[in-house]
Amino acid sequence: MSEGPGHTGCEGCGCTGGGSSGNRRAARRGFMFKLGGGLMGVGALLSALPVIGFVLGPVRRTQKNQWVALGALAKFPPGATRFATYMNPIQQPTDGESIKTACWVRCISEGKYQVFAINCAHLGCPVRWFEQSKLFLCPCHGGAYYEDGSRAAGPPPRGLFEYEWKVEQGALLIDAGRLPGMEDST
Amino acid sequence: MRFLAGALAWLESRSGLGAFIKPLMSHHVPRSATWWYVFGSATLMFFVIQVVTGVCLGTMYAPSAAEAWQSLRYIDKEVPAGWMIRALHGWSSNAMVVMMAIHMLQVFLHASYKYPRELNWITGVCLLLVVLALAFTGQVMRWDQDAYWGLGIGASITDRIPVFGSQIRDLLLGGPIIGGETLNRFYALHVFILPGAAIALVGLHMALIMRHGISEMPRPGAPVRPASYKKEYEERMARDGVPFHPDASQRDMIFCGVCLIALVVVAAIYGPFGPGGEPDPTLIDTNPRPDYPFMWLFGAVSLLPPASETFVMLVTPGVIVLALFLVPFLGNAGERAPSRRPVMVLAAAFAVIAIASLTWEGLASRWSPVMNGWSALPTPAQFVRGRTPLEMQGAVVFQFAQCRNCHALGGSGGQRGPALDDVATRFTPEQLTRQVQQGGGNMPAYGKNLSRAQMDAIVGFLSTLTPSYETPAAIPGAMLPLPISSAEPAPR
Ligand code: FES
Repeated sequence: MSEGPGHTGCEGCGCTGGGSSGNRRAARRGFMFKLGGGLMGVGALLSALPVIGFVLGPVRRTQKNQWVALGALAKFPPGATRFATYMNPIQQPTDGESIKTACWVRCISEGKYQVFAINCAHLGCPVRWFEQSKLFLCPCHGGAYYEDGSRAAGPPPRGLFEYEWKVEQGALLIDAGRLPGMEDST
Repeated sequence: MRFLAGALAWLESRSGLGAFIKPLMSHHVPRSATWWYVFGSATLMFFVIQVVTGVCLGTMYAPSAAEAWQSLRYIDKEVPAGWMIRALHGWSSNAMVVMMAIHMLQVFLHASYKYPRELNWITGVCLLLVVLALAFTGQVMRWDQDAYWGLGIGASITDRIPVFGSQIRDLLLGGPIIGGETLNRFYALHVFILPGAAIALVGLHMALIMRHGISEMPRPGAPVRPASYKKEYEERMARDGVPFHPDASQRDMIFCGVCLIALVVVAAIYGPFGPGGEPDPTLIDTNPRPDYPFMWLFGAVSLLPPASETFVMLVTPGVIVLALFLVPFLGNAGERAPSRRPVMVLAAAFAVIAIASLTWEGLASRWSPVMNGWSALPTPAQFVRGRTPLEMQGAVVFQFAQCRNCHALGGSGGQRGPALDDVATRFTPEQLTRQVQQGGGNMPAYGKNLSRAQMDAIVGFLSTLTPSYETPAAIPGAMLPLPISSAEPAPR
């Protein structure tokens, strides 16, 4: 591609095609061309680095999941499945209301819980609990889950995503943050 | 006057604009290029509307997850003509997709993509992708509940990509959650990257039209021969082509004018799209739906069998796009007339029927439970008239256990499961008991959730559901209902 020294077929390009001064001029031009290309390359690389780093930033996951409190244990009586909300510990300055997050807490018996993500395991729509039939139903494509989160019917490939939980000072805490997804598959 | 002429001459000598535009107007187009050829121009016109109204909205819209929704409400309610600008932007975007689809279909049916116009087709396919991406990102701009959960669906699909799925998802969302950075990412796509790409591609598309000329209407028995096509086309144009302006442009102008008036009327009558519910993810009483251009995808992901779903969702789009790119290379010579290309015509018909029926299914979305069916819908009188207390109790349990969310009675209720108006003609009481207890065929098992008494009641009720209630199915262990004196047949 590059016009190296001693190139041929140089009608109209200004060099004398083989004379010693022409050779020198051609050589100099070849050098300048390479120098220019090299400088441009280095410059492009240097300026591209921050751009790439900026664009790929979200993959680095600087923010991690944290334990968040869902409230006092009294809010989750044994045998019941209750709606709970919390502020996502992963936050950005302009989130507005979108960090408000919901989940379903099932108290199997005293001290034993299951905390389900609100997001359907199919494609993430918010599932709703129906106390009377003891089912979670999804409004999007009709996924259904049993009380224990296992898949009952419809397109979901698996049961509801679950949060890890612990009890501390009379409150129920869950390990929350990242939008639940395939990584949470067990 | 003389001064003006002088100024124009000066401008022309320095800029050469006139020399650039003149061939655009006067180049010869085939005499046969009639009303079939207006759809490309209409697409372009709607694109221009999008740019103008989009820039207007850009002066008011706050691209921040904390304020976007409020700023749209402000534009709708406070800003003079704000609602109309939003309505124009929304309806024109739908119109652009429709015009583009018709244009593409016409080019495909007439095989205008054959030699030497392969690149015209390829730039067109790129434009299709860009316009669809604009439509999707535009839906995100509304930042309402549909946008939020729609993003969730996009994220969940990305998440299923093998190996790097969750990284790609984070890249798409701008972080591990749907939040502030998500909206700004899609904003950058919607107002900078995609429109820039669209403008560049439109320029290229037009340059290619100028380079290769408008294709003629196909005639059976007049195949494209690459070796001689260009020369013959130029001769034909010189012989009996007509100048683009005014011979062809007048039709474009008439059609675009009608489209424009229709757009304004529709926008004024139907108003802007959304914004829907407040973007608060803890308000889960919501029913997320995509915009029209993606209704068919919604239909597809709902109807796919779970086993093949991931594969189909991830692979099919790539295959479709690849196939579209390959169209001109599968046959760039030979006959152009639809009558001589039955396979291609069938392929186009298949695509149209598939998209139309999936859109139809998406709009009906029979797979979605009616979430308030159990609490909001009355039990039609004909299904409780003359029933025994046990059966009436069954009707209550039926309602109470949310059966109605998925099963219709008397034409109202969910359509996820079959309507049960005449279920007793299809199931014996034993079969009904089994079905309710164990589920199956896409129905959850209710065995653990209903008491013995509730189960008896519900089966008792269901066993009375026949077109004419005079001949109910026998209920073992229960007394047959006494014949009712004025038993009129229950209307279906
Ligand atoms: S998202 Fe719940 S069924 Fe598809």
